[in-house]
Amino acid sequence: MSFLNYFRSQKKRSAAVAKERLQIIVARERSHRGGPDYLPMLQEELLQVIRKYVKVEDDAVKMQLDRAGDCEVLELNITLPEDSEQEARRG
Amino acid sequence: MAKIVVVTSGKGGVGKTTTSAAFSAGLAKAGHKTVVVDFDVGLRNLDLIMGCERRVVYDFVNVINGEANLNQALIKDKRVEGLAILPASQTRDKDALTQDGVERVLNELSEDYDYIVCDSPAGIERGAHLAMYYADAALIVSNPEVSSVRDSDRVLGLLSSKTRRAENGDAPVEEHLLLTRYAASRVGKGEMLSVEDVCEILAIDLLGVIPESTSVLNASNAGVPVILEEKTDAGQAYVDAVARFLGEEREHRFLTEKKGFLGRLFGG
Repeated sequence: MSFLNYFRSQKKRSAAVAKERLQIIVARERSHRGGPDYLPMLQEELLQVIRKYVKVEDDAVKMQLDRAGDCEVLELNITLPEDSEQEARRG
Repeated sequence: MAKIVVVTSGKGGVGKTTTSAAFSAGLAKAGHKTVVVDFDVGLRNLDLIMGCERRVVYDFVNVINGEANLNQALIKDKRVEGLAILPASQTRDKDALTQDGVERVLNELSEDYDYIVCDSPAGIERGAHLAMYYADAALIVSNPEVSSVRDSDRVLGLLSSKTRRAENGDAPVEEHLLLTRYAASRVGKGEMLSVEDVCEILAIDLLGVIPESTSVLNASNAGVPVILEEKTDAGQAYVDAVARFLGEEREHRFLTEKKGFLGRLFGG
């Protein structure tokens, strides 16, 4: 430890930023791994369809492919914004 | 029966060929008959790093096509006993490698050698796929840098799904991380991912850390595998990595910066 560290510690170190970004992207890419190639496209198209009716964020559609015995189970989780029902009625 | 070791990374320029040259020379020096195969068809460079570029007559593709036999194509290293190089073709492209052809050549090499080190091309196309397909173990070469670590993770995914072991449901390919171009001083300043950071993200066994070192360029300039430069830091780090690969326990070195008095006072 040197006394200069005191002045340096203010700013977030670039290595910490790198680690954080990597953890997020790697986790996302791992979750797509092993599934069929069409999953990312299916996810994107579902998002487009939902957007015809409701305004949602880019990450509103979450997909998870699991295996239960001999079956593959595709779990879909779509998050709608809180005031979406009222908006839909008005629209 | 030889153990097949692929040296892979996804990203280019991280040190695959340097590692392939050093690792194969290290295995041979440890008394194991080793052949190192260049899978980078069209962009061969292993011959240059090993210093045998002027002795190449026939290559990997010639052997696959039956235009030469293995003994004609293999180049015996003049410095290390029990080390041979199978160069890639420079004039063909990666489609010249066929799955059957690669399997035949590896089977034949397997009869005579203890280790077959496969130097993978960058990317995840045909050449890289074939280099890893038959592997028993993989050395994942990575730099402490975001794009390299991400690509390494992608390659780990391929190793667990697109290899013979994965397809046959055999025991998975052994995975070992080799972190290269590590600058301890920059890690100390918080400017570079640390070895702990990379291990946490990739979550595989750490085989070795090779420090960023002028000796690597010096060795490649001269066509000498850096592991043979025994006085250099990078050379010693590779010696340690090979020893660990062969089952020896060795403490990791070169993880902290050597500092003088002024460095300790003012350095970060």
